Amino acid sequence: MEKDLLDIKSAAAADIELILDTASSFKDVLSRDIKKVPTLRGKTAVNLFFEPSTRTKTSFELAEKRLSTDVVNFVVPTSSVAKGETLYDTIKTIESYGIDFIIIRHQFSGVPHFISKISKASVINAGDGINEHPTQALLDAFTIKEKKGAIAGLKIAIVGDISHSRVAKSNIYCLNKLGAVIRLIAPHTLIPPGIENDVAEIYHDIGEGITGVDVIMTLRIQRERQTGGFFSSTDEYFKFWGLTRKRLDKASPDVIVMHPGPMNRGVEIASEVADSSHSVINAQVTNGLAVRMAVLYLLDSARPRN
Amino acid sequence: MDLIIKNGHVVDPSQGMDFIGDICVEDGVIIKIEGTAGATAPEITPETTKVIDASGLYVFPGLVDMHTHLREPGFEYKETIKSGTRAAVKGGFTSVCCMPNTKPVNDNETVTEFIVKKAISEGYCNVFPIGAITKRQEGKELAEMGMMKDAGCVAFSDDGRPVTDSMLMRRALEYSKVFSSPVISHAEDLSLSNGGVMNEGYLSTTLGLGGIPAASEVIAIQRDIELARLTGGRLHIAHCSTAGGVRAIREAKRDGIAVTAETCPHYFHLTEAEANGYNTAAKVNPPLRTKKDVEAVREGIKDGTIDVIATDHAPHHRDDKLCEFDRATFGISGLETAFSLSYVLVKEGLLTLNQLIEMMTIRPSHILGLDKGTLKAGADADIVIVDLNKDFIVDPEQFVSKGKNTPFNGWRLTGLPIITICKGIVKYHFNNNDLTAVGV
Repeated sequence: MEKDLLDIKSAAAADIELILDTASSFKDVLSRDIKKVPTLRGKTAVNLFFEPSTRTKTSFELAEKRLSTDVVNFVVPTSSVAKGETLYDTIKTIESYGIDFIIIRHQFSGVPHFISKISKASVINAGDGINEHPTQALLDAFTIKEKKGAIAGLKIAIVGDISHSRVAKSNIYCLNKLGAVIRLIAPHTLIPPGIENDVAEIYHDIGEGITGVDVIMTLRIQRERQTGGFFSSTDEYFKFWGLTRKRLDKASPDVIVMHPGPMNRGVEIASEVADSSHSVINAQVTNGLAVRMAVLYLLDSARPRN
Repeated sequence: MDLIIKNGHVVDPSQGMDFIGDICVEDGVIIKIEGTAGATAPEITPETTKVIDASGLYVFPGLVDMHTHLREPGFEYKETIKSGTRAAVKGGFTSVCCMPNTKPVNDNETVTEFIVKKAISEGYCNVFPIGAITKRQEGKELAEMGMMKDAGCVAFSDDGRPVTDSMLMRRALEYSKVFSSPVISHAEDLSLSNGGVMNEGYLSTTLGLGGIPAASEVIAIQRDIELARLTGGRLHIAHCSTAGGVRAIREAKRDGIAVTAETCPHYFHLTEAEANGYNTAAKVNPPLRTKKDVEAVREGIKDGTIDVIATDHAPHHRDDKLCEFDRATFGISGLETAFSLSYVLVKEGLLTLNQLIEMMTIRPSHILGLDKGTLKAGADADIVIVDLNKDFIVDPEQFVSKGKNTPFNGWRLTGLPIITICKGIVKYHFNNNDLTAVGV
């Protein structure tokens, strides 16, 4: 393990497996009556969220608290960043408090990498621009493993805005490393250039793409993509690429349906699919907590001590 | 006679000169050059004459950079006319043409006059301003080209804010003909670039960074070529970075259109891979492209499609680069590495030394109508003496430019300017490890 979790792209498959195994133990902890362990007592984590986030931030904060970490939430609109402070100075200031973890969410890609170069703390990428969202991919992998037993050999379709999705990117890298067969399904405008180097199977027809798959990951469609000309309307998007009950029949009978949230019902996913027995969306949220506890725990032991 | 440079290997493409000889300078002007090879008796040099022994060294016309950002007025924390021209003479340049994206923009004769005067009082070399095509570089109304020309501008460009309106670009190419000034196009279709920060492709996807497709440059070059065809105006394409751009320029020249083009050392040395690790030193506009583009740019240099090697010296403050990749400014500080990086092309056999010097002296001078880049008798004594065998390692901390932003940090290069002379006065001397800035 490295001291940071910056991306899945450069993570070793063995480290991914280690995180998933460790997360299983923490999931046991979470099912107990007393859910808190003293593992990281005396350690401090800063949740540095430059972008609005509810679930990821809550999940990290709870994971930190379950491990007895002291938590500081750095809220951007009220911080000195709003007064024009540079990121470099913000990080140097935080660093001066003697921090062990920086959990960073930022609208620009590569910011966690920049922070890791100037900080001794363990840096965890909680989503950077359109680059990666590593803990989401880990919790998705954990959920698939939990539901399907193993990942290698599974046919997994990722449907939606691949171009602007850090979730899709991290999942592609993660599932490739774990031996899944990935299919991407989207209109041409939402397929990023060169992605065929990472994923051989690209479909533009959802019916064709989900035929026989074991897992379907739907991605959130941001409405502002419509004004960017990536598609013409959310109605048309739903008609051609929305995950409907009827389309689901083409997938493997025991297919599971995932979504990183927040969902747009009636845009990328029909309500009857989201609420069906195939849906594992709520399990994803629960597992997110265990996976993030595992990441915090493993990075802490990987961080060099003074 | 004030100065004699003896026994140097003189290469001056403007007069097909390539021999060992002496250059005699009086009152800041070259009075004669003569070969020493066959000379029977050495001439007697008067005692008052300063003698520079250039044995074993090369002597070229002072280099001319037609694409420099000096940042003054307005961005003095990035560079000043003084620091930028100091970097120029260290890099072997005796003439630099500064782009108008200052604050205020150089879009009127007052700003032009300010730059010209400041360059005379504080500069280490000749400075030729490039005026804006449109007022405030806004792409809406033509700037006063004639007035700026009279005040000292040698070309017009809206630089990094290219003229989007095709009709206005047409007018600029037509109107500038009266003043015999080229219009320099930073060829970029901004709508296609769409706020991108690096070359579009697999790597931009991998890094999650917004991509600028090659088509953004190619389309803009093609548009401007068609406008040059339509108007007969003088078009110069700045910093060509793409295979498609080189191809378009090659075809335009074949069609006899009055178009010239430049590229910069980073476009024939580096690829987009430099951006890996979110390396802001490699963030430049146009962006570093692919291996195929680098090869095409080199081919364009070799076959004459590309006329000039310029620096696009774009100095930035450390804070402008020590930040998020998306927020970092575009640009590379290039004056102090341009010659050595370009000399690699000679060492690799792509160009002869004569061809390289031509691309860095007389060609830009011709394009801009300057009486520079030559050692002809009667020309200003703008001369650079170079040790082509000297190895060094690029260390931005040693740059005299305020901009230490370079992706060439740590490169081992060969060929170093040793002495730079502007109008007969030594402005830079490597052995002193600093500048002899007397009577600037």
